[in-house]
Amino acid sequence: MGKDPRGQGAFLAAAAAGCAGGAMTPRLELRGISKTFPGVVANDDVSLRVMPGEIHAVLGENGAGKSTLMKIIYGAMAADRGEIFWDGEPVRIPSPAAARQLGVGMVYQHFSLFESVSVAENIAVAVDEPFDLPALSARVRELSQRYGLPLDPGRLLGHLSVGERQRVEIVRCLLQHPRLLILDEPTSVLTPQAVKRLFETLRVVAAEGCSLLYISHKLEEIRALCDNATVLRRGAVAGGADPKVASSAELAALMTGAALPETRREPARPEPAPRLEVRSLNVTSEDPFGVPLRDVSFAVHPGEIVGIAGVSGNGQTELAALLSGERTVPDKDAIRLDGEPAAHLDAGARRDRGLAFVPEDRLGRGVVPLMSLRENAILTAHRLGMVRRGMLRRFKANAYAREVIERFNVRCTGAAATARSLSGGNLQKYIVGREIALSPRVLVVSQPTWGLDVAAAAAIRQALIDLSRRSAAVLVISEELDELFEICDRILVIYEGRLSASRERGETNVEEIGLLMAGMGADPGAGMGWVAGQAMNAGEAANAGVGST
Amino acid sequence: MRLHFEPRPTPSFAMQVLAPVAALGLTVAVGCVLFALLDLDPIETLRIFFVRPLSSANGVSEWLLKASPLILIGLGLAVGFRANVWNIGAEGMFVIGAICACGPALAFGEGGHVWLLPLMALAGAAGGVAWAAVPAFLRVRFNANEILVTLMLNYVAILLLGWLVRGPWRDPYGFNYPQTAIFGPSALFDPLVGGYRVNTSIFITLAVVAAAWVFIQWSFAGYRMTVGGAAPAAARFAGFRESRAIWLGLLIGGGCAGLAGMMEAAGPLGQLSPTISPGYGFAAIIVAFIGRLHPFGIVLGGLLLSLLYMGGESAQIMLKLPAALTRTFQGMLLFFLLAADFMIYYRPRLAGRR
Amino acid sequence: MDVAIAIVTGTVIAATPLLFAAMGELVVERSGVLNLGIEGMMLIGAVTAFSLSFAGYPAPVAVLAAVAAGAASSLLFGVLALTLLANQYAAGIALAILGGGLSGFLGRNFGAAPIEPVGPIHVPVLSEVPIIGPVLFGYDPMVYLALVLFGAVWWVLYRTRAGLVIRIIGENPQAAHDIGYKVIPIRYATVVFGGAMAGLGGAYLALAYTPLWVENMTSGRGWIALALVVFASWRPLRVLLGALLFGGVNILQFHAQSQGIGVPSEFLSALPYLATILVLVLISRNRRMQKVNFPASLAKPFRPGH
Repeated sequence: MGKDPRGQGAFLAAAAAGCAGGAMTPRLELRGISKTFPGVVANDDVSLRVMPGEIHAVLGENGAGKSTLMKIIYGAMAADRGEIFWDGEPVRIPSPAAARQLGVGMVYQHFSLFESVSVAENIAVAVDEPFDLPALSARVRELSQRYGLPLDPGRLLGHLSVGERQRVEIVRCLLQHPRLLILDEPTSVLTPQAVKRLFETLRVVAAEGCSLLYISHKLEEIRALCDNATVLRRGAVAGGADPKVASSAELAALMTGAALPETRREPARPEPAPRLEVRSLNVTSEDPFGVPLRDVSFAVHPGEIVGIAGVSGNGQTELAALLSGERTVPDKDAIRLDGEPAAHLDAGARRDRGLAFVPEDRLGRGVVPLMSLRENAILTAHRLGMVRRGMLRRFKANAYAREVIERFNVRCTGAAATARSLSGGNLQKYIVGREIALSPRVLVVSQPTWGLDVAAAAAIRQALIDLSRRSAAVLVISEELDELFEICDRILVIYEGRLSASRERGETNVEEIGLLMAGMGADPGAGMGWVAGQAMNAGEAANAGVGST
Repeated sequence: MRLHFEPRPTPSFAMQVLAPVAALGLTVAVGCVLFALLDLDPIETLRIFFVRPLSSANGVSEWLLKASPLILIGLGLAVGFRANVWNIGAEGMFVIGAICACGPALAFGEGGHVWLLPLMALAGAAGGVAWAAVPAFLRVRFNANEILVTLMLNYVAILLLGWLVRGPWRDPYGFNYPQTAIFGPSALFDPLVGGYRVNTSIFITLAVVAAAWVFIQWSFAGYRMTVGGAAPAAARFAGFRESRAIWLGLLIGGGCAGLAGMMEAAGPLGQLSPTISPGYGFAAIIVAFIGRLHPFGIVLGGLLLSLLYMGGESAQIMLKLPAALTRTFQGMLLFFLLAADFMIYYRPRLAGRR
Repeated sequence: MDVAIAIVTGTVIAATPLLFAAMGELVVERSGVLNLGIEGMMLIGAVTAFSLSFAGYPAPVAVLAAVAAGAASSLLFGVLALTLLANQYAAGIALAILGGGLSGFLGRNFGAAPIEPVGPIHVPVLSEVPIIGPVLFGYDPMVYLALVLFGAVWWVLYRTRAGLVIRIIGENPQAAHDIGYKVIPIRYATVVFGGAMAGLGGAYLALAYTPLWVENMTSGRGWIALALVVFASWRPLRVLLGALLFGGVNILQFHAQSQGIGVPSEFLSALPYLATILVLVLISRNRRMQKVNFPASLAKPFRPGH
């Protein structure tokens, strides 16, 4: 302590101003927080302060170290160096329980919730008070109504939509009367309209005196909600800004250190005959908490990119597995490739017919983590002469891997590097590159840029556009609406396992797609069905809720 | 400063090789403590365990004779283990292999035939394959856990053997002992060197070692199974069928174990009795792991476990120590190996805190 | 009538060691850990209990020692699986082999020497009531202990915060870690509990069921207990049901053997093992139903902080 004159000055100033009530003691102050992981500096000398009632943004692209910083504040991770001050006092936060004791609440991006137990039980495990479910349930009901976050404490969490699950996380925090609430990318699971409602709730919470740390990489949201912003770049503070005043371009420049890259595209010239066709696909999920697909129909033509938008947990996982052939259905005609029935074919047989697929899980699904990149090339490219008479020709796999590494600018130590040793962005470039280098006739991509930094995401989007313009049929399933509007020619929306009619990109807008994502679109084709779908789900929930013990 | 471990970006090859050595060292060290507790001179006991068995030509012959089935079974198991197919029923498959080989041998009796031995080998392997097909089918068709099914079938196989040698196959001239008649000469492998028990069946094992190496290292089928074991979701993603890996993994394991059972019956035993396996099926699990699921490693692992068996017998004779000591050492060896494997994937680091 | 009563009481007695071991494993698996080494832990418990009883210690002391020995042996597994992140299948198999060998080694001098078995309790009046007496009040104390522990496990799992925490760790250890639960110590606790219960099961076999020491005297009961947990779809009540079912099969085949019904005894002895396979097949067919209570993180190594 004492090394940092600014910090001490602030402390004195705050003490002096304490009675006046004008300038106050910061609720939270970080000084020089550093955290290193093997090979990565996640946080490098990060300092920031949050005043009572302030909504403070922590802005940065994926991989900039925002989540690590928040975990340190919440006691889920220990910093290597640095100090934390709470109401002006230095504190150690060794555990999440200690953080909650201080009054810190956290809403994780990947929820820390449990599908197999009820809403009330999910809340009970994270509040530090005697175990009394009935009493807790009553309080949950009361509080969720007050903040406009309706919840039924008795329901099994697995039967809730992703938006409802987020409410559970928020209510769980609010029950503890937090003095600082951390929200990590909370809008990634919401429709644009739901984002607005969430912001209203958050403003009420802030007005009651709670400080908010709002983590995001979305500039518009921060401009709409936050009072102040700290921008992180590669683990270090790149600068601070008043988001109400600063332009998006200024914030973006702080965030990435460069101007936002733009994708180039020519207009689509789709061929008339569809290459991938799905016709009234009806499937129940293998996962007891999964979403059944109802009457899904669409087509993708060579030369175009079609996007499927939707809030996560509306059947995207199931649809991707069905399209890739990881899951098959007996009704052959439900999925057609080049007009031929394909729904009964497994992933290998579909790939033999020119389908390629990039899954949302990279390590362990898209690649084998402990295998080298060249061994991972064989996974899908073995068709290109890497196998002769049942024996591997490893030199061919090596050449292929090296070509992908070069062509897609994958940063790694070479084709012998294990897949696990690559960063998320480079691994995704390798997987997408491996699939594109197969020259597929159909490419299905699920969440192409999840968690990637801006440069890697732009490279992948450009590669997808280029592939489609070489007359491949490309289907992108994504939860990022901006991304779909950037690269797709047509957009469909999935909601509760049902698909809307398709819309030309030029003839729709974020508002309309957002309403569809909430199941509220005036869609002549599917609108009625959605209501039925909801009723079905509620019925199932009631059934499954019984036999849990 | 505080010691902690962090994942290595790439598994350490050196540690892959060193871990079995470390495991053996730790097992010997704990063994010495155990001997000392039993009021035995540790050095002398170690000599009886590891040196004395190999100090004669006959000892070396017995060493190879016991290593051969362990290696053969271990190879078959390793193919399955690589694909996460947990076959712990090799003991039963070994027994069934011996039973099936015994059928033709008894049918021909003293008469014999030049093709009798190949027929027995075929029958033994087929018996093991058939026995392994049960858990494979139940797993693929009904999703029944293969660990439990293969294990249960061990007991069933041993009871079946007991029934045969006490009932229909009992030697009518055997003074009511529960055992079959002794096989004719054409139902037995020739000795490798006159006067010693190690026999020509060892060439079968060597051939399987080579075949397993090609399969695991160079075949596409082997690659697919490795992917299935390392990352099941990646195998599904690539369209490598899990059912195929289960079938192959179990059937190859069953075939190898069945063949080993035949080699035992047509080799040192020359007949069937209720206890034909000194736990080879379980010891081979350790052989496979000690050998890093790699054919050449398995050869070394088989030689090591064979030596442990002989050491146990030697200690039984010289020091009146029970046979269970061998199994204790086997368990310890696997135990320490799994512990040492941690270092393959993690490396120690000293980190400053605050 | 007497035969029927003998079958019912025999079933309960044969179910008891399975109930101990399977309830322990249920808790272990609900926390996301698969310990295949029950057979080894039961044997270690059995040999410990037997040797103390053989040396003249009273039964409660022998039982407590078996509990401690079972728990200690499970710690070996715990270190491998939880601290050193070893493959849980392999670590469990190692424990099964080690336990078998070690118990055989420790029991080397007992031969077939008998001990004084733990006898049935006697409740004045009640034990003498016809039918109800022997069926409800004619067992040794460990049978009642098994039932009490069964109730306790059910109550803890479903009615207390501790049980809730065990279940959520079994579903998603990362999330549990993120909200501040110490996953590894909690899993150690469940593993040790599982070991203690397996030790009890072993003690029951050696002190009450067959008051003799025989090498590998569990003869697969540890593995059958594992199958019971699968059969039960990770629900306590079904574990009880399954244990009684297997106890019943065991007793029926014993009676059939002693009656001499013309089937070779080996075939009858194989019945419990074949029944296990049959039950596994029947229960595993419905994958969706199996998933409802399945601990999603089962057998997956977890390392906090990454």
